[in-house]
Amino acid sequence: MGKTLLDKVWEEHTVRTLPDGRTQLLIGTHLIHEVTSPQAFGMVRDLGLKVLYPKRTFATVDHIVPTDQRAEPFSDPLADAMVKELRKNCAETGVTFFDLSSGNQGIVHIVGPEQGITQPGTTIACGDSHTSTHGAFGAIAFGIGTSQVRDVLATQTMAIGKPKVRRINVDGKLSPGVYSKDVILHIIRHLGVNGGIGYAYEYGGSTFDSFTQEERMTVCNMSIEGGARVGYVNPDETTFEYLRGRPYSPKGAEWEAAVTRWKAVSSDKDAEYDDIVHFKAEEILPTVTWGITPAQAIFIDEKIPDPKDLPLKDRDTAAEAIEHMKLPAGTPAVGIKIDVAFLGSCTNGRLSDLQEVAKHIRGRKVSDHVKAIVVPGSQVVSTIAEKMGLAEIFREAGFEWRGAGCSMCLGMNPDKLVGDQLCASSSNRNFKGRQGSPTGRTMLMSPLMVAAAALTGEVSDARKVFGII
Amino acid sequence: MALEKITQVTGRGVFIPGDDIDTDRIIPARFMKCVTFDGLGEFAFADAKAAESAAGRLHPLDDARFQGASILISGSNFGCGSSREHAPQALYRYGFRAIIAESFAEIFFGNSTTLGIPCVKMSKEDIADLAALIEKTPSIQVTVDLTESKVSTDDIDFSAEIIIPGHAREPLMNGRWDSIADLVDGLDDVKARVASISYLANS
Repeated sequence: MGKTLLDKVWEEHTVRTLPDGRTQLLIGTHLIHEVTSPQAFGMVRDLGLKVLYPKRTFATVDHIVPTDQRAEPFSDPLADAMVKELRKNCAETGVTFFDLSSGNQGIVHIVGPEQGITQPGTTIACGDSHTSTHGAFGAIAFGIGTSQVRDVLATQTMAIGKPKVRRINVDGKLSPGVYSKDVILHIIRHLGVNGGIGYAYEYGGSTFDSFTQEERMTVCNMSIEGGARVGYVNPDETTFEYLRGRPYSPKGAEWEAAVTRWKAVSSDKDAEYDDIVHFKAEEILPTVTWGITPAQAIFIDEKIPDPKDLPLKDRDTAAEAIEHMKLPAGTPAVGIKIDVAFLGSCTNGRLSDLQEVAKHIRGRKVSDHVKAIVVPGSQVVSTIAEKMGLAEIFREAGFEWRGAGCSMCLGMNPDKLVGDQLCASSSNRNFKGRQGSPTGRTMLMSPLMVAAAALTGEVSDARKVFGII
Repeated sequence: MALEKITQVTGRGVFIPGDDIDTDRIIPARFMKCVTFDGLGEFAFADAKAAESAAGRLHPLDDARFQGASILISGSNFGCGSSREHAPQALYRYGFRAIIAESFAEIFFGNSTTLGIPCVKMSKEDIADLAALIEKTPSIQVTVDLTESKVSTDDIDFSAEIIIPGHAREPLMNGRWDSIADLVDGLDDVKARVASISYLANS
């Protein structure tokens, strides 16, 4: 019986089995940011330890950075202190820091891939649950807590049990106006927000084969929303082409050797999986969430369900969602009035997301009552988008064009919903209070659906708004 | 490092109903603007408490009857979402020393175990029964017993099986729940492994 990519990577990175049965797993690449690392550096110091392999940790700032007034000191003294703390920790320990002045700062899950730091066959950890994003390259990538950030800083390893693997096949061609975001929302809707507990999700099938690297990242990013700590796609030519020539990608003879290694790490054809599920691409339509978990999702032509029509286990959460969202059962998705449109995040803040939207909105205007912001995922994305004229297209349409960061995905910087504003968001979480206001309301959707809602002022079918069908 | 051997936790319980209680709910992101975990306890469930209050209801943590509870009881997929260790840190600082739920999200489970907070799974029916007992008699003492893998209460005849994986149960009971010491013990092996992996060769 063959091995999965997870089996192979796990085997290569296993240092030893710990007394409790877990693996002491070597973490080849460690990514850190300002929110979950300061306590970890403090713990390393308090224990009298040091950062073992500083060249294997890479830092940036993303969660708390303002996206408009970016000059330091920031207006929020707590945020300012966190950036300075990370800068000091990196300087003292020799960790590479993609600082605000570097031109390479951005959301950690966008910076890693675009710098070529994220590579196939590696293990990656970061104190952020969306670390699963990096699995799009055939890496095994974990979100970890701060104590584990400490563990990785001090020992380049962490204690972890090996997950089972669920193969998720999506086959066929997506209809026009349906995106990878719709694919992952659809998968979570059907497998549940806790369906992935104990599993790594291996995504494959012809739909994934034809996806770009950035589309794969969007899906892997939200694995954790389905309960799976790890999600990955086997690397292929699309992956290698994406990585070729990036700053940290192997060069020259090393490149050829690396590609040979990367090809060998893919799951074997006869690999054994703990579970296999199938979806058909043709059955997926533009999807929006209506509640307070990412599994509470419907197609754009559906209505908000009545809790009594749902399986017993889902009813209480559905009733709670309806109360929070102030959207009664039976409300059609189309026509729900929005207040804010947010385009960005580690899920959908990459260049291709902005290109796809800009292509469609040229010459159109954001609805008068909507505040629409575009937050590029990184300074690199921002710079390229500006050179390509995308920023201008967004500005002319009435979007605010901001600096790079996590922004309104979690509202740790000044970009927050106010009161019970409803936001059409390209981000990944619709939890109560997630976007910075305890009573704020979030509907997750693809970037083009966010744009459609921004222009019409209400949740709309982007395919109709932009004449795609 | 000598850590406490956690074989059982006894204290009063509080039931926070609901499935999929995420870590944003446990500790809203704005409270993570800090460089230490100190002081997070008072912000546990801050927005959920305010929301209940605004709706004219009382969040269990605001209910005088459940003050001083050290065992938190909830529904399925507890602690889902963000990997923030601030969530279990806030619960620990609030005073919780064990969590009983129908199921746990994986990252939260690991973070909690590392802090010495046992997270044990119990059936939905047993949780409902225990919640009803606590509602009726908030002062009852609840014991989470890792040795016997059960939850029981004093005076009243309640006993239910719990599930906790061996990789969490053993370290808690042996006082090795924070894995840093074990990881440091393996450093020679770590260095050898690093030297054997091509992409790490120049580290």
